[in-house]
Amino acid sequence: MIITEQKDLNEIYELIKPYNKILIAGCDGCCQPPRSLNEAKVLGQLLELKARTEGKELKWKAITVLRQCDDRIAATTCRPFTEEYEAILTLACGLGVVMMNQVIENILTFPAQNSHFGGVQNSGENFYIEYCETCGDCIIGETGGVCPRAGCAKHLSNGPCGGMVDGMCEVGGYTKPCAWIDIWKRLKKFNRLDLFKKYRGPRDYRPATSPGYKQIYKEYTNEEEKKEEKE
Amino acid sequence: MAKRPAFSNLCKKIQEGKFVITGELEPKKILDLSKILHGAEEMKRMGKIVAANVTDGPQGDAYMSSLVPSYLVQEKVGLEAVWQVTVRDRNRVALFGDVTAGAVLGLKNILVLTGDHTALGDHKRARAVFDIDSTQFCEMLSIMIDQGTDYEGNEIVGGKIEMNYGCVANPNSNPREPEILKVGRKVEQGVDFIQTQTAFDVDDAKDFLKDLEQFNVPVLLGIFPLKSHGIAWYFDNYIPGVSVPKDLLKALKKAEKDNKGDKKGKYAAIDKINIEFFEPFMKEIKKSTKAAGIHCMAVEYERLFDRLLKDF
Repeated sequence: MIITEQKDLNEIYELIKPYNKILIAGCDGCCQPPRSLNEAKVLGQLLELKARTEGKELKWKAITVLRQCDDRIAATTCRPFTEEYEAILTLACGLGVVMMNQVIENILTFPAQNSHFGGVQNSGENFYIEYCETCGDCIIGETGGVCPRAGCAKHLSNGPCGGMVDGMCEVGGYTKPCAWIDIWKRLKKFNRLDLFKKYRGPRDYRPATSPGYKQIYKEYTNEEEKKEEKE
Repeated sequence: MAKRPAFSNLCKKIQEGKFVITGELEPKKILDLSKILHGAEEMKRMGKIVAANVTDGPQGDAYMSSLVPSYLVQEKVGLEAVWQVTVRDRNRVALFGDVTAGAVLGLKNILVLTGDHTALGDHKRARAVFDIDSTQFCEMLSIMIDQGTDYEGNEIVGGKIEMNYGCVANPNSNPREPEILKVGRKVEQGVDFIQTQTAFDVDDAKDFLKDLEQFNVPVLLGIFPLKSHGIAWYFDNYIPGVSVPKDLLKALKKAEKDNKGDKKGKYAAIDKINIEFFEPFMKEIKKSTKAAGIHCMAVEYERLFDRLLKDF
């Protein structure tokens, strides 16, 4: 799931200030905490009140989209409204904002969210945690299922560093565990310290940096599936 | 791996079997290097300090780069430098650039460090680099020194770099096992020597040195003489993993209080505390461990050396 956080109301208001009629689009995709129809409505009401304090009448409509990062779903859901409204405010993650701007060509789409990371939900401690930073070069098979890229502040391949004290990390004032100590504990538990001792060479950053947006060819398409069914 | 020749005086002395002492100099947020050069002159004058480490932005602060001060310490004072280089601020391209530049300036020792994170320093909003880590930098240096190429195997015109390099180890590390395994990874890359973070507990330090013996690499144990109660307190609270013995903290505080307004008396009292603590400590290390020497981080506290090192 993509972990997001709503922007400050004043910041959102500044973005949509030039417009009188806006469409507020929630997203039913993986965005967490949930940013769906209800959240879109609440945001609409807050913005309407904020506008009124400035003597302005803001017209808005709240909808929700199954997944804003899917071009077809985003287009078919939102296009019917775009003649009537002057701008779209979306509660999706950054991917949704970009996708909406691509498929809705006649008006601009603005973000209401800051997107933080792809993460997991730890319900017990009420946290969202970034366990994977989608680096494109997964090494957690060697590190006991703990990612030193997402988990280590210095992204070390051969940790721990001298900033580890009693198993905690110097960054953040020793409040978070050192990823490399977690790795050592896991590998020790499963009698795989051979993996811990192993030297890992310099990371190849090419999968992480490409000219412009990263792209991967999507091998599976619905068309192919239909074709196979016919055959 | 065949032992690398000793290019530096430090490594020559270690290979000759001498118990070596290194000092430390810290270029801060300055343009005037006179204090650094004065400190180096004091170390040189005594003739007991083989080389001085020149730090690279400790605590993640934005300080003068260690390259030029290292060069000037060698060029103007004639004291060999141990040029500290962290991987925090430079990617592998910049590290290559700096190392070759350092080689041209005649630097013979590099100390490889990860570096304190920028989040701890005075530019907290900065992006830390960490393109390669310290172990990988060790591998890169071995390639530059032993094979005369860059990290990707491209030839360096002019040949191999004539330098020795060391890595660090932390005797305060808890848990210790992963620290030892990590040092093992670095040693595998071909380090010439190890300098450690500061130790205050002699038994602990001896244990740690024992753990490092398996690697068969010369180790210089770090000590940090305490110039003032304030520095001791800062070290105790802000340097990862270091805790200054409570008795030492108390004694320093008392020395400062008892000698309020009397600078000379205060210096004498503080020096006495340090000598009484560190001299037996160093002698014990020399006598009963296989340590190759002591790395004495007496930054801007060179006046202590005459008395502290008289028997070394």
